[in-house]
Amino acid sequence: MKRSNKYLFLGLVGFAVLAAGAPMALAAAKNAVGFPVHAPTPWEWWFQPAASPIQKSIDWLMQFVLWIMAGVVGLVGLLLAIVIIRFRASKHPVATTTTHNTLIEVIWTVVPALLLVVIFVPSLNLIYEQSNYTHRYMTVKVTGHQWYWEYDYPAAKGVDFTSYPIPDNQIKPGQIARLSADHPLVLPANEKIVFKITSADVLHSFFIPSLGVQRYAIPGQYWHQWTKIDAPGIYYGECNQICGMNHDNMPIEIVALPLKQFKAWLAEAKADAAQGNVPPVRKYEVLAMADAAKKAASRAQGHIALASATTDETTR
Amino acid sequence: MSATALHDAHGEHAHHQPGFFRRWVMSTNHKDIGTLYITWAIIAAIEGGVLSMIMRAQLAHPNNTIITSGQTWNAIVTAHGLLMIFFFVMPALIGGFGNWMVPMMIGAPDMAFPRLNNMSFWFLFMAFIFVNLGLLVGAGSGVGWTLYPPLSDITYQPGVAVDFTLFSLHLAGISSLLGAINFIATILNMRAPGMTMHKMPLFVWSILVTAFLLLLAIPVLAGAITMLIMDRNFGTSFFEPAGGGDPVLFQHLFWFFGHPEVYIMILPAFGVISHVVSTFSKKPIFGYLGMVYAMVAIGFVGFVVWAHHMFVSGISVDSKVYFEAATLVIAVPTGVKVFSWIATMWGGSIELKTPMLWAIGFIFMFVLGGATGVVLANAGLDTELHNTYFVIAHFHYVLSMGSVFAIFAGFYYWIGKMYGQPYPEGAAKLHFWLFFIGVNLTFFPQHFLGLAGMPRRYPDYPVAFAGWNYVSSVGALISGISTLVFFYILFKIFTGRQQLAANYWGEGATTLEWTVPSPAPHHTFEDVPVIR
Repeated sequence: MKRSNKYLFLGLVGFAVLAAGAPMALAAAKNAVGFPVHAPTPWEWWFQPAASPIQKSIDWLMQFVLWIMAGVVGLVGLLLAIVIIRFRASKHPVATTTTHNTLIEVIWTVVPALLLVVIFVPSLNLIYEQSNYTHRYMTVKVTGHQWYWEYDYPAAKGVDFTSYPIPDNQIKPGQIARLSADHPLVLPANEKIVFKITSADVLHSFFIPSLGVQRYAIPGQYWHQWTKIDAPGIYYGECNQICGMNHDNMPIEIVALPLKQFKAWLAEAKADAAQGNVPPVRKYEVLAMADAAKKAASRAQGHIALASATTDETTR
Repeated sequence: MSATALHDAHGEHAHHQPGFFRRWVMSTNHKDIGTLYITWAIIAAIEGGVLSMIMRAQLAHPNNTIITSGQTWNAIVTAHGLLMIFFFVMPALIGGFGNWMVPMMIGAPDMAFPRLNNMSFWFLFMAFIFVNLGLLVGAGSGVGWTLYPPLSDITYQPGVAVDFTLFSLHLAGISSLLGAINFIATILNMRAPGMTMHKMPLFVWSILVTAFLLLLAIPVLAGAITMLIMDRNFGTSFFEPAGGGDPVLFQHLFWFFGHPEVYIMILPAFGVISHVVSTFSKKPIFGYLGMVYAMVAIGFVGFVVWAHHMFVSGISVDSKVYFEAATLVIAVPTGVKVFSWIATMWGGSIELKTPMLWAIGFIFMFVLGGATGVVLANAGLDTELHNTYFVIAHFHYVLSMGSVFAIFAGFYYWIGKMYGQPYPEGAAKLHFWLFFIGVNLTFFPQHFLGLAGMPRRYPDYPVAFAGWNYVSSVGALISGISTLVFFYILFKIFTGRQQLAANYWGEGATTLEWTVPSPAPHHTFEDVPVIR
């Protein structure tokens, strides 16, 4: 091909590779055994990627509302710019005396009211969706303490453990300072989980941004929040209500395993509970990834079989 | 000392010049009391600003060691909020500009209760002492300006620091409550003949609505903090679950006060902006009645939206729906005001003097802050954004760029009337632009931090949040430097030797304060003016 076309082609291919690779690179944070990690990234200017249906709805509604409000702010900015330029004293020495115009006053009262209705209607859906606790797979009781979290699995009697932050000087590769915890909250992916949240002392807030979960932990009261974690991986949150000296260092780490590995972990946890141990979760992550790799391989084999079937068809 | 003329206009009686103590400590003069408020507001703003510089220095890098104790951090956060709200914004707008301008604008010789006025100031002064005791005594009050129990209870904040803070709020509350009574009595009873309510300047209306908000909201705060003082010291359990109490009750009581409080901080600002926009467009305000009733509507609806601060706390689904709807409603009268200011400028003859720069900056920045307010009003979105830096960005846009811009606008607009010397225009414009750039650089990136999930009231954070935090801290430094320019401007004003006209702004300035000399005489309108 002509030389200019060749460079254009290479450039486009290069761009396509980068474009395909970039999202993978951004989301490809992994822990020490290669399990996917969902944590905040540097210079982030939007929500963390949504990892639950509620957070997807929140992400959508936020874009919806922000576009409308951007229009409003943009309109005001534009009008101000026009007014400052067009009616500056050097170009417009004599001011008019207009102080009334009923039509425009009606418009600027009614149109914003309509815009607010447009915002309000979809937001109602989100509020009711967030409070739908039916058809849950399991409940986890979350208790906030000064300054750690406690997780209790009512379905597995005796599995009730604390989750402390890992001190900065003990962070290992694959862990994240100020986010990783010693005993993460282990949950099944793709199942509806209800958090039953309370506190043992002062107010805390159980906040996991990538899942769209937040609720205050209030002593003497239980408040609920549900979530459904879309994919296996590690998710992080932080305490979000001022609770004293170490408010900034009581993170939440959630390890979401496929249901099979979650049940296995929970069984081991129940067995270990008598000794007061919490089984480590790394080996289940490895098992989960091995399972996923096997499934992917067999799917690929199925595709190859299908492809060769097609080739046979065409060559016949 | 102040250049306010001390000779009276009447030949008949001879007033002997009051000495320093009588004039400043025992003042019953609305102008002198206004000066006391403004002076003290500047001092409180400096202290609140220094605390914010310390905070932004700590947050400039992760793993920083400027503040090593979480309790100290929490005490600084608490004091910063209380100082800025109760000792800077409110005294500057209401105690300062309100006292100075309201009697003159309605043609009254002074406030209805001059001695009560004096008491209001000195109560606030004592409250300032106590809030500093709350910061410095023992481990400090590490509870946030919102004071939520159980953290603010004696078990978790032993010692007397929180009690000092709560006592400070009682004193500040009494100060504001008495001031509110004074303003209402003055505005309803002492208007010059011919000045009907619907001829009052918009700043006077803004103070009137604010006064009613104070009157109704402060007692609820007083109740809440009294209950907290009793829980801490007298063995009651209003907010203690073990004794049958409820921490959420405090939140309801606090925010029933707290939400009107934010309108208390912005309504007088609206009043100032209306005056400045009108003067520098050489046009009367567009839609006067709409402006008046928008302020009344904002004040009224402001009382029935408090639980939007509690969306993730302990309220039911249907409550969330109601409070979201009611909160969104406030955007309508606010929009009426913004469009009316723009319509005032439309067809005007606009002079971009410093007060007008602040006013135009206010309009744009307040709309931006209001936009994020509409976002936060959605209960579903608030689940994700509550207590994050998104909320901090929102309220600093409407406060640091709303109320504070209006305070500077009012200062530059009225300083000649109050002190009798002009400000240097070039330096003032530099101050505006430096501050404008500084606060935007400080607070805009905080939207990103909040969206990404960074919680507020954190002295340290995961490394991923380092980037925007650094940018924000640079912005804070620029804002701090702009304050030095402001000090230079103050110096130039107080060492000036010029003679200003009664109306040094020209045809656009049409309210009564522009009919008296600059600086305004110690006593004005001792003869009742007649308004045509």
